Amino acid sequence: MSTGTRRLDIEEINDVTVVKFVDKKILDEGNIQIIGNQLFGLVDEDHRGKIVLDFSNVEYLSSAALGKLITMDKKVKAAKGKLRLCTIRADILEVFKITRLDKLFTIFPNQEKALEGF
Amino acid sequence: MKVCAEFELMIPSETCAGQAVQERIIKLLEEHQYPERDVFGVRLALEEALVNAIKHGNQMDASKSVRVSCRVSMRCIRIEIEDQGEGFVPEEVPDPTEDENLERPCGRGIMLMRAFMTTVNFTDRGNCVILEKNREEAAASCECE
Repeated sequence: MSTGTRRLDIEEINDVTVVKFVDKKILDEGNIQIIGNQLFGLVDEDHRGKIVLDFSNVEYLSSAALGKLITMDKKVKAAKGKLRLCTIRADILEVFKITRLDKLFTIFPNQEKALEGF
Repeated sequence: MKVCAEFELMIPSETCAGQAVQERIIKLLEEHQYPERDVFGVRLALEEALVNAIKHGNQMDASKSVRVSCRVSMRCIRIEIEDQGEGFVPEEVPDPTEDENLERPCGRGIMLMRAFMTTVNFTDRGNCVILEKNREEAAASCECE
């Protein structure tokens, strides 16, 4: 896999950036590094302030991937932006609940709900 | 005890080698028609344990390897993952769910292993983890010991 491979599908809906993960499994260390860098670029380089992360394709997520999401959340907050998560399947939502990260992130059942009032 | 499949191998301290052994074990579970939820939990726990062994245990040192042994029956799976690092004390890992640790980007691997496996035990030195998972509908203890 080349480091230039796009791991995120990005769409602008009104003034909100909707990001869909391309991968079903966000497990592999190298892949997580690339995904993290592409996510951080949305804030650090593109200065996007309202971001929705859509997990509809994602079937597996490791703690290393959670770490990248936490760093992303910090970056968005530091830039006074807002981050919302949506469409997380039940197994993965359980991972967020076990780790209490459902308290840190704002999670919506689907993209439509995530975009409401954003 | 009726073990359906078992293997033991040494893998190099490379995450891609960890991925390959992970796929091999998941394939065994799928061949034995384990429920999807069990497969999810074992994959997640395996990923965390292998990354711990390769990255934190062996520090990605090419001269060190990781021993992986696996036994699968129709009722349970038992996996041992042993690195050649110095080991650690699992009880000393801070609770990642405490408010002050919630925003730390790491330290959740052991908690996830414990949440998704039936039992997770570390040897005294802490460089070997034994993961056991009973098939969802199986109430009895693991018969792979």
